[in-house]
This record gives sequence, structure tokens and C-alpha cells, in this order.
Amino acid sequence: MAKYLGKRIFYIILTLFIVSTITFFLMKLMPGTPLTNQAKLTPTQIHQIYKQYGLDKPVWQQYLVYLGGIIHGNFGTSFQFSNQPVSYLISSRLGPSLIIGGQGMVLGVLAGLVVGAVGAIKANTWVDTSATIISILFISIPSFVLAVLLQYYLGLKLRLFPIADWGGFMYTVLPTLALAASPLAETARFMRTEMVDVLSSDYIELAKAKGLNKVGIIYHHALRNSLIPVVTIIGPLAVNIMTGSMVVENIFSIPGIGEQFVKSILTNDYPTIMGLTIVYSAMLCVVLLITDIVYGLIDPRIRINK
Amino acid sequence: MADNAKQTSADDFTPIAGADRAKLDDEKIATPSLTFLQDSWRRLRKNKAAMIALGLLIILFILAFGSHFFETHNPNATNPNFANLPPKIPGIDINGLNGTLDQSGERVNAYAQAHAGNNWYLLGTDYLGRDLFSRILYGTRISLEIALIASFFDLAFGVVYGITSGWIGGRVDTLMQRIIEIMLSIPNLVVMVLLILVLKPGMTAIILSIAITSWINMARLVRAQTLELKNQEFILAARTLGESSWKIAFKHLLPNLSSVIIINLMFTIPTAIFFEAFLSYIGIGISAPQASLGTLINDGQKNFQFLPYQMWYPAIVLSVLMIAFNILGDGLRDALDPKSRE
Amino acid sequence: MENEKDVLEVRNLKINFNTYAGTVQAIRDVSFDLRKGETLAIVGESGSGKTVTTRSIMGLNSPNAVIDSGTIMFKGQDLLKKSRKQMDQIRGRDIAEIFQDPMTSLDPTMKIGKQIAEPLIIHKGMKREKAYAQALEMMKLVGIENAEQRINNYPHQFSGGMRQRIVIAIALVNYPEILIADEPTTALDVTIQAQILDLMKELQAKTNTSIIFITHDLGVVAGMADRVAVMYAGKIVEYGTVDEIFYNPKHPYTWGLLNSMPTMDTGGTELPSIPGTPPDLLDPPVGDAFAARNKYALKIDTEKQPPFFKVSDTHYAATWLLDKRAPKVTPPEPIIERQKHYAELVHQEIDKSKGNHVEEQEEQL
Ligand SMILES: Nc1ncnc2c1ncn2[C@@H]1O[C@H](COP(=O)(O)OP(=O)(O)OP(=O)(O)O)[C@@H](O)[C@H]1O
Ligand SMILES: [Mg+2]
Repeated sequence: MAKYLGKRIFYIILTLFIVSTITFFLMKLMPGTPLTNQAKLTPTQIHQIYKQYGLDKPVWQQYLVYLGGIIHGNFGTSFQFSNQPVSYLISSRLGPSLIIGGQGMVLGVLAGLVVGAVGAIKANTWVDTSATIISILFISIPSFVLAVLLQYYLGLKLRLFPIADWGGFMYTVLPTLALAASPLAETARFMRTEMVDVLSSDYIELAKAKGLNKVGIIYHHALRNSLIPVVTIIGPLAVNIMTGSMVVENIFSIPGIGEQFVKSILTNDYPTIMGLTIVYSAMLCVVLLITDIVYGLIDPRIRINK
Repeated sequence: MADNAKQTSADDFTPIAGADRAKLDDEKIATPSLTFLQDSWRRLRKNKAAMIALGLLIILFILAFGSHFFETHNPNATNPNFANLPPKIPGIDINGLNGTLDQSGERVNAYAQAHAGNNWYLLGTDYLGRDLFSRILYGTRISLEIALIASFFDLAFGVVYGITSGWIGGRVDTLMQRIIEIMLSIPNLVVMVLLILVLKPGMTAIILSIAITSWINMARLVRAQTLELKNQEFILAARTLGESSWKIAFKHLLPNLSSVIIINLMFTIPTAIFFEAFLSYIGIGISAPQASLGTLINDGQKNFQFLPYQMWYPAIVLSVLMIAFNILGDGLRDALDPKSRE
Repeated sequence: MENEKDVLEVRNLKINFNTYAGTVQAIRDVSFDLRKGETLAIVGESGSGKTVTTRSIMGLNSPNAVIDSGTIMFKGQDLLKKSRKQMDQIRGRDIAEIFQDPMTSLDPTMKIGKQIAEPLIIHKGMKREKAYAQALEMMKLVGIENAEQRINNYPHQFSGGMRQRIVIAIALVNYPEILIADEPTTALDVTIQAQILDLMKELQAKTNTSIIFITHDLGVVAGMADRVAVMYAGKIVEYGTVDEIFYNPKHPYTWGLLNSMPTMDTGGTELPSIPGTPPDLLDPPVGDAFAARNKYALKIDTEKQPPFFKVSDTHYAATWLLDKRAPKVTPPEPIIERQKHYAELVHQEIDKSKGNHVEEQEEQL
């Protein structure tokens, strides 16, 4: 186990190193500098600012400085908010993103499991058809459309929840719903296929031959066997949530990293973009590592000791 | 037994010979079995939802690529005098299609207010007076073009990558899989954004960024299937017969991969359409004055409270596009992989 | 044929399947008995209806199955009239089943101890400890070494043969009256196969369970079964004791099956298989379903289904060749050999007991 963990963590570090390197050199290719939007500066002022950002040194030195900084959790200073370190910008905004992302994930996966399991148990009936329609709709309707509709109808029209801003659980409801749609649909689909498969397997047939009734079969044999593989799609679902959060946070004006990412893109705030890219990759790596470990723990057939 | 009731004659107890025997033998011949593709097509045709989706997509394709014949106005021509006109079809008097608007509880005729005369706009106009219908057609065309290009990359790159990795195996395979693993630990959208920033927003940047991220799934699935097929008898037989490795890969492997490829292609397409709309929505995709479903939705959303049609129509078209591709994809999967559903 | 010793009596069973293509007449009038403590083998080619027959005894046919007619009497009650709940109580307690593939028959995520204990907990309402203790006994009985430790193992930690022993333990843990074994050894290699068959015989001797043993391998039947029923296209075409079926077969289909069976002296040489394919059960032929593949077919075979003709008290065959009016046909060479051998056997028997002569006569079933 320790060996496996060590190996995985090594690969995560390698991945993040590659990501940082690629991001750094891509950013060097970028058109525009922090000064593009401020034309009237004297050459000395410009030099001053370049020096402040370390832009006067050769590229390879900048690269080493940058890598050294990352190791200490320092991603440089934002172009957009001149005096704010990127690390502070990100850490202060991580909370709201993790809250709505986490809630969306939990809600989506749990609801998806129920919808998928019910669809499989009632396969080829109207219940199954409705479950399938729900998943197709939620997979197909883009998060930004859903978010606007939720905001307008549940927020503005029915006044059930605040339409934007941040401050307590009620503010998280609508963004959570908007983010939960995609994991719900994906989980439901996956779960249905998995469970239909399990329900037609030989060991379910043997459970029937033992005299177990339908409830017993589902509860003791079918559910666990179809639940285990669901762990493997948590990683891709996390990616969906990250993507969705960029627009959802924007629409609901939530001070999270998704909103910051879009803002930084639109203002060419390269240090922040780079920092966020690395943070997003790191989060994904951690989610993938955790799901792999969990999978190994709950599926007796998989042993983590390679 | 009941059939003993009928009297039998001694003649019945002679062995069957000659013509009778031949006739009996004929019955042994089973009906010819359908080929795999014919069989799949037959299954797909039975799937009503998939056939409706296919029909819808064909209509959307014709409308979008023939948009020159269908568009009622130039999609990019602005006309500030006719800005924000609601949908109107002459002769139809239903709220929402008769050119009237709800303004503080009263319905007013927006066309009369704008002195629009005999002009009418099927789906209304946007804040610059551009014809929404024509813009939606144009945006749909962009979505479909992106879809086609993403599919092309899926095939040209993903399939080749997958086959190569699985077929060669060994160290090459390990290396190629490591590359994929690294790509998978960066969210697709982040990769796209970085590329677009480097290349400057626009159609080329979008296409490239979607292409670069879309092939990965295809490569993984094709590789897995290749590994499975590699050790099967017909491949081994071809090998012992001394056919060249690449010839085997393309002559024997590709046909057996076709199900996996088609199914996965059907899921690449909606993903690509989504990402284009998404990038355009956040403002780094297709740029003004060109229309994309994403930018149309973004524009419409700003006025959603007062002019809901401006967002509803592009949003509906985008959703229908996605739904249709997803349903068709599901249908194809069930048809090509019969064990996936009873 | 009502018999004190019968534990199961299947009468005139007809089962259809509704499919897209039409109605598949899978079981077309099947009757047989199962006696206490005996092993009845059901043999026949793939698709002949062996599995469907036993599935309907278990009450586990697929949803598109329609029981057209028939009764399955068990302990004086018709199983076909039982509700799903009542069948749940019978399955795993009175009638148990083991399946073909031990690799897929066990729940991969449940410890085997629990899987073996489950039928005890369901049917006897046993507490966990007691059920596990009995499961452990059962594991020892079926020959799993280190049972105390292995009770907490998962299926993937066992070999195929061991897994089939576990499946047998699950089936027998409640000492059922009837054990249905649907090709229990097809998926195993030959040496393991023999071990499992020995185990089944040994356990049968201990528990006096009646076994319905399904296979298309006649070689296995010889050592296992007391009686044999040969199925073809949804019907039983011949049944009798093992000796009768092996050494005095009367139905041309049984001849074909025996001829395609490997024996000591055929070794590795190519065996003649029965040419042709079974009829389409969507539209079964009017007369004898085997006629098209039968080189001894008579005209009447295409017009009328043959009734059972009595060969001996225990041996019946449904072929018009046994009718008085039918011409005498010469069976294939190896069958004649078998019949000669059988005649000797019978003579020895007669010398011993001065029993009755074997007589061929028509019998209405
Ligand atoms: N659910 C079903 N729907 C339609 N037809 C079925 C179904 N189940 C079985 N059949 C048909 O019933 C017939 C008998 O099948 P069965 O499984 O009993 O054969 P079998 O003798 O057990 O063969 P095998 O040796 O291959 O196990 C076959 O023709 C089969 O196609
Ligand atoms: Mg069978």
C-alpha cells in the first residue's frame, strides 16, 4: 500500500511539473502583457513594472524562479489585482467553489444512483423510460442554460432562493442544483447499465435459486456489485463540475475560483491563469488518487500492492 | 394421443425416398443470417426515439448547411431601428408569435412602435436588430461544423493512436498510455482555454483546442479493444499466414473495431458541440459579429427577464441538437452492441 | 405411473416463449418422474429444452415464458400454481440448483461463508453464528481444506473446481429433496470434472437427495445416472434406465447421440456427429421433429408425431420404427454391438432371477 501510494504521488508530482512547464511556456507565447491596457507609461515606469514582475530576466531564469515559487506555494502576483499574490487570490476563493462543487457532486451522484437503480430494477417499463428521459435531458441541457433558468424561475419568479451572491446555505442552493444536473445524469446512466448487467448475471440467478426474494436480491447482491464500479466515474464527474462551475459561479456571482478563472481569461491575467491551471490539475489528481484507493478498498478483487 | 385417432395405412410405414426425401432435406436449410451491420440497422430502425432523433438531425443539417436558402435576413446585418423586436409571423395571433410584448402588464405591439411596417422576423431580433432566426441557423452550422471536425480528429488521431498503442504494445504502449494519463489529469476545458489564449480566440483556435482534447477517449477505447482482439484466433491465423502487421491491423482489426468507433464517435459529437457553445458563451470562442449558439445564449440571457425569446430559442436549438445526438448515440450503442441492453 | 417413491411428477408440460419473431414452442409436452434418491439424467443437444424444463421446476423462467399446460407435482402440490412468494420458500430449501459456470455463479463481493450461510438464514431463520457454524460444516463436507480460514475468503481466491464445490455446498446446505444440476461440470477440465462428479455421488449417498442431472455429454451420464431421458426439440424422445439407454437404445436420435460419444477405443479419432440442425421451434414440424435428420424416416414421420412405445417396464421410446407395421431397420454398427452386449447382460439377469422377457408393445401415455 505504502509503495503504491508513493508511486502514485510520484506520478502526480511528475504530472504537475509537466503541467506547470507547459503552462509557463505557453504563457510566454501569449500576446499582450500586463501593460497592454495601460498605454501612457514612461519607459522607466515600464522598466520598473517589468522588474517588479521579474520580466526583465531571461526566460529560463524566469522559469526556474517560477518553479521555485510553486514549490513554496507561490504563484507570483496577479496582473489584474496588482498587489495580490495569486496564491492568496486562489486560496481565498477556494472555499465557495469547494462547497458548491462538493454539494453538487454529492447530490448529483446520490440522486443519480437512485434514478439509475430504479431504472434498472424496473427495466423496460415506463419508470425506466422516465429515468432515461431525465438523464438524457440533464446530459444534454448545458449548465449555463440550466443555471439561467433556475435563477430566473426559482430565484426571481418564485423568490425561493437568492438569485446571486454568497452568504450562507440558501445562496448555495441554486448553484448546487445547476451543478448537480450533469453528475446526476451521468451517474444514472452508468448505474442503470451496470445494474442491468448485474441483474442478469449468474450469481443473481444463484441468489434466486437460494430462495432470496426480490428485495433481498437487490439489497444483498445487486446493489453492492453495481455500486462499486460507480467509483470509477467520480474523476470524470469532478471534471464536469469544474467546467460547470466556471459558468455557474459567474451567473450566480459566487466568489469562487471558477468565476476567477473566467475573469482572468478575459483580462489576460496570466499568473492567475497559470496558478489556477495547476490548482485544477492538482485537484483532479487528488480526486483520481482517492477514487482509486477507495475502489481498491471496496472491491475485494482488487489488491493495491502492485 | 390425439393424433392416433386418424387411421393410418400400411403405406405410411414405408421409408421416405426420392422426391420426398429431397423435400425433407430442403427444410433443413436455415434462413440466411443477416450480416452484422444489416442486423444492427434493423435493430436501430426498431428504436423509435433514435429514428426521431436521426430525422431531427437530418432536418437541422439541411437547414443549417442550406441556410443561404432559408435565412430570411442577413445574419450579421444590424438594424438599430428594429432592435429587440419579438417573434412575429404574419396572420398568426398568438402571444409570442404576433409581434407583441408584455410591458408592465400590458401587451404592446412592438412592431408598430418601431414603425416596422410590413417587416417581420420569425424569431424576432436581438439588441442590434439582427434577425434571430438567421443567426440561429448560422450558429447551428458552426456547431455542426465543429462536430464534424471533432469527429474527423477522433478518427484520424484517436483511432490511429489507439491501434498503434494496442497493436505494438510493450514500451511504446506504456509511454503512449502515460501521455494519455497526463492529459487526463488536466481538465479538458483548461487545456482548451490555454490553447485558445495562445492562438487568439476564433474558429481555428476552437477547432484546434477541441480536436486536441477530444481524441483521448477514443484512443483509450480503441486500444482496449485492440488488445482484446490481438490475441484472437483470426488475427493469429492471419499472422501465421505471414500477412504484414499493418495490413492485418487495417484489414482485420478495423472492421472489428467499427462498433466501438461508431459508438464513441456519437458521444464525441455532443461533447464538442457543448464545448464550442461553452467557450463562446464565456466569451473566448466565436467572436462578434459571427453568431454561435453560445454567444446567442449569452446575449439573450442578459435580457431574459424582458425578452425571454432571445435566450429560449438558441437554448432550445442547442439542447435539441445535444439531445438528438445523445439519443442517436444511445440507440446506436444498443444496436451495435446488443448485449448492452436486452 | 403414480409412484410412492416419486418426489416429482412432471405431466404434459408445454412452455412457449413470446418473442419478436413469434411464439417459440420450447417445451412441447414433456412428462417424467423423479424418484427418491435417484439421479435422472436429461440429455440432448443444445436448444432441446433441458434448461427451460428445469427452470420451470424452479419457477424461474424468463418473463416472456408462458406455461401453456401441464402440472409439476411436488409433495402433492402443483408447483406451477404456486405464487412467487411460495416458490421463494421452496427454492433453496426443498429444491436447489447448481449452475454451469462456477466462475460466474458466486457473488464476487461477498465472503463465501456468508454465501453458504444465506439459505440457512433465509429459510430456517437461523442466527448468524449458528448459520456460519453450519456453513463451515458444509464446507468441510464438500472438501474445502482449511475451511476455518477460508470461510472469510472471496470467490476470486478459489480455483474453478473449488468454486463449484462451494456452489454445491450452497445448494445442499438445507438438505433439499431435489438437486438440479445444469451442466455442472462443462466449464471444468476433465480431472476436476471427475472429482466434482464423485463428490456429488458421495453427497447423494449421504443425503438421499434426488438429482436431475443435465448434460449433453453422454460420457458423464454413464457413471452418474440411474435413469436417462433423451430430449429433442422440446420433447422427451426416449427414456429408460442407464443400461437400457446405453445398451439397448431404440430411437434413432439416441443412436446418433451414442455414436457421437467418445469412448475408450475411439480415442482421438473424428466422431460422427448427427448431420443437420434441430427444427425451428417457432414453427415445429407436424410429424416427428427428428424426421428431417433421420435417415430411417418413414412416411408417417412427416404426418404424425409418434407416441411412446413400450420397450420394457422402465424403457419407452417415441419413434414409429417401433410400430408393428414398421419395417425392421438395421441400426448403425456400433449400436448393434451395444445391443448384443445388452442381450448378454439381460441373459445373465434372467439366469439369476428368472424374470420376464423383454417385449415390445405399444403403449399409450
Ligand atoms: N427467454 C427465451 N426467449 C425465447 N426463447 C427461449 C428463451 N429461453 C429459451 N428459449 C428457447 O427455448 C429452447 C430451449 O432452450 P434451453 O435453454 O432449454 O436449451 P438447452 O437444452 O438447455 O440447451 P443448452 O444445452 O444449450 O443449454 C431454445 O430453442 C431456446 O432458443
Ligand atoms: Mg441449457
